[in-house]
Amino acid sequence: MAQKKKASQTSFKTLPKAATGIQGLDEITGGGLPRGRPTLVSGGAGSGKTLFGLEFLVRGATQYSEPGVFMSFEESIPDLTKNAASLGFDLERLVADKKLFLDHVSITRTEIEETGEYDLDGLFIRIADAVQRVGARRVILDTIEALFGDLPNPGILRAEIRRLFGWLKQKGLTTVITAERDRPDRLTRHGIEEFVSDCVILLDHRIREEISTRRLRIVKYRGSTHGTNEYPFLIDDQGISVLPISSLGLDHAAPAVRISSGIARLDGMLGGKGFYRGSSILVSGGSGTGKTSVAAHFVDAACRRGERCLFFAFEESPRQIVRNMRSIGIDLDPWVRKGLLLFQAARPTYGGIEQHLLVTHRCIASFHPSVVVVDPVTNLLMVSTLNEVRSMLTRLVDFLKTEGITAIFTSLTAAGGALEASEADVSSLMDSWLLLESIEVGGERNRALLVLKSRGMEHSNQIREFLLTDDGLRLLDVYLGPEGVLTGSARVSQEVREKAAGTARLQEQGSRRRELERKRRIFEARMAMLRAEFEAEAEIIQQTISESESLGEEMVQDRGRMVRSRKADTSAYKKEGRAKAARKR
Amino acid sequence: MPITKTKTRARPRKTDPRKPAVWNLRLYVAGQTPKSLRAFANLKALCEERMKGRYRIEVIDLMKNPQLARGDQIVAIPTLVRRIPLPLRTIIGDLSDSVRLLVGLDLRKAD
Repeated sequence: MAQKKKASQTSFKTLPKAATGIQGLDEITGGGLPRGRPTLVSGGAGSGKTLFGLEFLVRGATQYSEPGVFMSFEESIPDLTKNAASLGFDLERLVADKKLFLDHVSITRTEIEETGEYDLDGLFIRIADAVQRVGARRVILDTIEALFGDLPNPGILRAEIRRLFGWLKQKGLTTVITAERDRPDRLTRHGIEEFVSDCVILLDHRIREEISTRRLRIVKYRGSTHGTNEYPFLIDDQGISVLPISSLGLDHAAPAVRISSGIARLDGMLGGKGFYRGSSILVSGGSGTGKTSVAAHFVDAACRRGERCLFFAFEESPRQIVRNMRSIGIDLDPWVRKGLLLFQAARPTYGGIEQHLLVTHRCIASFHPSVVVVDPVTNLLMVSTLNEVRSMLTRLVDFLKTEGITAIFTSLTAAGGALEASEADVSSLMDSWLLLESIEVGGERNRALLVLKSRGMEHSNQIREFLLTDDGLRLLDVYLGPEGVLTGSARVSQEVREKAAGTARLQEQGSRRRELERKRRIFEARMAMLRAEFEAEAEIIQQTISESESLGEEMVQDRGRMVRSRKADTSAYKKEGRAKAARKR
Repeated sequence: MPITKTKTRARPRKTDPRKPAVWNLRLYVAGQTPKSLRAFANLKALCEERMKGRYRIEVIDLMKNPQLARGDQIVAIPTLVRRIPLPLRTIIGDLSDSVRLLVGLDLRKAD
């Protein structure tokens, strides 16, 4: 006991805390409830006080090896056991294992006559005995104020309850005292909150716009910082979950592995490799722009790789999605049957935003998907405000990144609204943002896709038109001209025009070439003619030259003949000699 | 006449608890506290006065047998439980208010 006192004295510096094991609560409180001290949990009827106490106790017994005692002043043990079973807690087994001790304090006032001074030593002894039996470190008093209805003389009772809290604290038992709040201006019916100075938690169950939400607020926590907001919480078959479920920092791993988007040309737009694994992708666009189809392609590609996909459908039923995707050549059905693809379909109005977040977490935790699709994330706005959706998405994205899960969120942008502004809040959480647009030209709407951002990779800045064909989604270049981006028929007619102009150019080239050829032929013909003329003239000249040459020779010969004939006249006898001489000449 | 009839009928019912041969009373205490001692003294005095020789007082010290507190749903100390005659009657406090004690034991009609 002396040691305990010392411990509580040193706790001025660091207050020891007892982890509750309740999802999210330990984060808000910075580690749990004040150890060895009483905590008051107050709330209206049906706000979850008893379950809070139960879970604190059961988690303590099962997860932190701190056995506990449940003193029930209202519910009987069988009822309590049954209620706990609905949260998945097996009280009977814990009792059998001596980790838990349940005691039902039931007094019927009508049977009781008060005949003078009394005290609550009987209750003290019961608690002490129970604590000793299981070596309890935690005690729940649920709801001790019920004693005011059971026992006469509230003055004595108040004093005794005060003494009880002091005694529990002295014993170093971490105690949760539940109390019913009947009026908004006070925490408990009989004002016992004034005896609990360490920690007060308020539970609230309210209906806002027909959607019920449970909220938790830490009214006071002496000697410790704590979240002061109202935190939504949920009660389901796995106990209480206080949101934020995870307020993890930005310390998740960033895998460099790239995965295909399922659309080859889109991969091309994303540096040729697709998205990063574990990144968050926003696909936004107006209605009918093909958001779900883009998501379905991604899912299909993931399933082909043998990865598990979880598809949260907030708009369409799974069967409708499967049918509709079949019309563009994607058959998701085999993946569903193989167990690779799981649809989780629910109307957003089915529960509050917290519930959705929780369901999402649960599904992811049990299915272990590699890819998660939320289609569309904007439908959650129906049940909440933008702020809440944003904070939910932050948590979800954090969670998915920690798990290394790639996520596609589709987002419906209001027609005619400022597209990027309205989603700026959400988009800053996303790593990649594909914008799907409807472009209206020439009396028709056509789909266009743009990679607005993609962190950490080179990506195309081009708008691509995309077609939803029987064979899936096909991306095409759009025509960029002086009139802007052309799609659909306008693009087709522009293409035809271009083709026609091209043909004309080709024809012109052909005729030029032919003209050149003709000119060349004319030139050659002229050349041939000139040459022929030249040759003809050269022949004539040659003839004259040779004529004149032969004329000269003949003249020489004639002269010789004349000489010879004259010599023969003079010396006929010396014929031989004279002829020789003449030749010599 | 009918009024007296009901009266005569009511009387035996009220006097019925006086009929059993031996009363069985159980007084739960927690140690020898002044309150416990006072309660025992007050009870003893009453029994001696009203049912001398026809009563048995069982004092249970919960300090010694804490588990017995659960059986009779004891919270307040001291608590007196009338076990016989039936029905069970529970009276809390140090029994110094003798009128209420008599009412509690069904020895006197509550006003």
